[in-house]
Amino acid sequence: MTTETFGAGLKDRDVPAMLRGDTTFTSDLRLPGMLHMEFVRSEHGHARIDGIDTAEAREMPGVVTVVTGEDLAGKLMPMPCIWIPGGVESHFPPHPYGVPGAGPVLAEGVVRFIGEPVAAVVAETAEQARAAARKVAVAYTPLAAVTTPRQALAEGAPQLHDAVPGNLNALWTCGDAERTDAAIAEAEVVVELDLYNQRTINNPMEPRAAVGDYDPVKDEYTLYATTQSPHNHRFLLSALVLGIPFNKLRVIAPPIGGSFGTKGYLYPDMPLVLFLARTLGRPVRWADTREGLMRSTVQGRDHLQHVTLAGTRDGRITALRCTSYANLGAYPSTIGPGVATALMGRSVTGPYAIPNAFCEVHAVFTNTVPLGAQRGSGRAEATTITERVLDLYAKEIGADPAEVRLRNMVPPDRFPYENGLGWTYDSGDYAAALRRALELADYSKLEVLRREARERGKLLGVGIGSFVAICGVGPSTRMQAEGMLGGTWESANIRVHPNGEVAATIGSTSTGQSHTTTFAQIVASELGIDPSAVTIFQADTQKAPYGQGTYGSRSYSVGGPALALAARQVIAKMRTAAAHFLGVPEDQVEYADGTFSVPGREGASKTFQDMAMALWYGWSLPPGMEPTLDVTTFFDPPDFNYPYGSHLAVVEIDETTGELEIVRYVAVHDVGPIGNPLVVNGQFEGSIAHGLGQALMERARYDETGALLTADLTTYAMPRAHDIPRFVMDTTETPSPHNPLGVKGAGEIATVPVTAAVANAVCDALREAGVRHLDMPYTPEKIWRAIREAKG
Amino acid sequence: MRITLTVNGDRVEQDVPPNVLLVDLLRDTCELTGAKVGCDTGQCGTCVVRLGDRSVKSCQMLAVQADGAEVTTVEGLSGDGELTPLQEALWEEHGAQCGFCVPGMVMSLTDLLERDSAPDEQAIRAGIAGNLCRCTGYGAVVRAVQKAVKDKS
Ligand code: FES
Ligand code: FES
Repeated sequence: MTTETFGAGLKDRDVPAMLRGDTTFTSDLRLPGMLHMEFVRSEHGHARIDGIDTAEAREMPGVVTVVTGEDLAGKLMPMPCIWIPGGVESHFPPHPYGVPGAGPVLAEGVVRFIGEPVAAVVAETAEQARAAARKVAVAYTPLAAVTTPRQALAEGAPQLHDAVPGNLNALWTCGDAERTDAAIAEAEVVVELDLYNQRTINNPMEPRAAVGDYDPVKDEYTLYATTQSPHNHRFLLSALVLGIPFNKLRVIAPPIGGSFGTKGYLYPDMPLVLFLARTLGRPVRWADTREGLMRSTVQGRDHLQHVTLAGTRDGRITALRCTSYANLGAYPSTIGPGVATALMGRSVTGPYAIPNAFCEVHAVFTNTVPLGAQRGSGRAEATTITERVLDLYAKEIGADPAEVRLRNMVPPDRFPYENGLGWTYDSGDYAAALRRALELADYSKLEVLRREARERGKLLGVGIGSFVAICGVGPSTRMQAEGMLGGTWESANIRVHPNGEVAATIGSTSTGQSHTTTFAQIVASELGIDPSAVTIFQADTQKAPYGQGTYGSRSYSVGGPALALAARQVIAKMRTAAAHFLGVPEDQVEYADGTFSVPGREGASKTFQDMAMALWYGWSLPPGMEPTLDVTTFFDPPDFNYPYGSHLAVVEIDETTGELEIVRYVAVHDVGPIGNPLVVNGQFEGSIAHGLGQALMERARYDETGALLTADLTTYAMPRAHDIPRFVMDTTETPSPHNPLGVKGAGEIATVPVTAAVANAVCDALREAGVRHLDMPYTPEKIWRAIREAKG
Repeated sequence: MRITLTVNGDRVEQDVPPNVLLVDLLRDTCELTGAKVGCDTGQCGTCVVRLGDRSVKSCQMLAVQADGAEVTTVEGLSGDGELTPLQEALWEEHGAQCGFCVPGMVMSLTDLLERDSAPDEQAIRAGIAGNLCRCTGYGAVVRAVQKAVKDKS
């Protein structure tokens, strides 16, 4: 049973502490006797290490130890990658964890990217560790570097890993190449486009941090770290990197200051602080700097794509073929290879029914920071290329881009819909969301605005981004076929205390999505009690049931249902007991507003609290019933869920300066039922801003040696308050049939169509100036140059 | 070097090396971890505190430069778990998600409202031009300030 608690815009209960500065993030932890660690990072994109002289550093004040890759040899294993593109056959031995090219904790003989840790210095204070790290002298012989997939795949290119000939991690494909090529060959209209979806740096405001603690009496390790996946990281660290018993490692994720994908990865500092805490007998803390983050935390996007779209003269899309070169960086990050292939490749048909489709992704190692997830990853890259080429197609046949979209969208009566590339869309009315966006944008009047803008000397452009985004990763067996090593279910535990208070513990971990509030709403709704009686616990492997972590918009849509199912079991047990105490058959007992009652029998009732107490006492329970209410459930969904929507951007460009203004931004989403609109709107707004960052200003740049030219916030722009317009937002609501709440992922989906909408708007505006296509980011200088070049 | 300053009303007397940043003094010596270190270049604003009657990025100042000053950090804004009306409004409008930018944001906005009791939207956005937030997209923060202003008048 549900009450109005689900769907209410309750305030986030953790926010008051944040506002007072009382939230303890990982870097705020202070353990007694704690030491501080600092990395010495590579200064080269690719170089041989000829020697590391630590003598001077060791003499610096406060220094306790300095370690290099040599000191760790045979003690710490390489960092595992757990997403193998193309799938794995079996989880029975031999296990497929030994991924070719896996990165060491500290560099061994060669550095392969600009921020790779080469040595670690531990000192009494952070300042002393920093000062000493500067004194570690590393002798390098620079090697030729490759920074783009095309370079890395070229004949005779420098090789990163002996075990990976040709630098190719995977050539991954989906769809039907033959049929698609045939459809393209006989099509009335064929449009092609090359697009570079630039590399970005996710930049959560909190840089990563880790504190390792070791108890010599119990021989137990505790890791406090900025991790989205405490359970998963515990498994990988104990079994695969440190080689210690599972039971000896506890991982705790303190409150996390934003992540957007980056903190779901395993990083060298995690095993290292644990290893050092044990060797030194004192807790060891490491807190990254912004520059360190930008040089070593996984980066996003970076696909060089070519797409071919074929269709009829009257606007029916008949085929789509996409080839993408994904820049994986120097090492396979924890799940990077899967993000770069499946999440992108299977998504390129977008919300459209395209009868013939094929996508291939070349996932390639280069001398850049390892690639990982960034909000909306894979799906945003797919949406951008598809939506761009669709606009070019519409222009080619002289049709309205909105009309072409509406004509090709999967209609509501075709669900479940197989997209031909491996996804089966669950439910929706894609056209309805687009129509709503058009209505909110006053689409039919935009031509008038265009003329008005022209009179003011401005170029106006309109761009649509329609999307569907696979979320809720996902059914475990389905993910086996994708090559994910590990289950992808979620879990929940509900314990009802004798006084009727409820402790609910989830396996996932919040990184700023208000889980303690929104999950309490699910529990309270299902139990028919006030949310204030429910406390949510998370993020501690010793307390929480197993869970796979927060990524792919799965916490709420996979973990939420686990909670609901646990709550339903609690009520079912209470109902059986209540019927027993009331002396009636179970089917005569009704439950509403916290009370079990028997209709027609005045006074025959028991409250939720009565039953909590009765089950705690355990007196005179129905025969065979166990005392107490303590339920753990695991939810492995039958399939993914697929939120969708449409964005529409209107931009004005100053032809003389190249300056761009977003004059209207409309966003319509369908994420199924919304548990807390205040929180979900916040996710939408933040996601759109994140997408605008990529569209307008963000780009990680490397020079040909692999040096990162944008390693701080003065050279890498992020959107500030005055860069972000107001958004006009609305939602439609189509439940997903794939979980008992009907919910769909909401945390990152609003990023997915932003770059598409803005790119289309900018290119629409620049069409008049003679520009067919321009890649992001749309800085004034870039736009100005494009206009000048087009004019010749 | 020996310095004396007032932090959130408490007198602090401390020997500090000349190269220690104010933010590190606050976080490590005073154990006030509200101010955060989000960057190395003065760009993010997570470290904003009040020094006398102006707000400063405490990562851009040496501790010794604060000798004799009165410093207020986010922990010192209101007493005993209370929230200021601005903080209340930020809570209501969901102006904080992960919370990492929040202490700096609160300090910058408090400063803004002291200088301008009824800022318009542009002034609000300008008032937090030095504070990066990756979570909210700023909309909820702007609405919160507007709410705080409206509630006051
Ligand atoms: S820490 Fe970023 S501005 Fe001070
Ligand atoms: S709330 Fe997370 S950075 Fe602002």
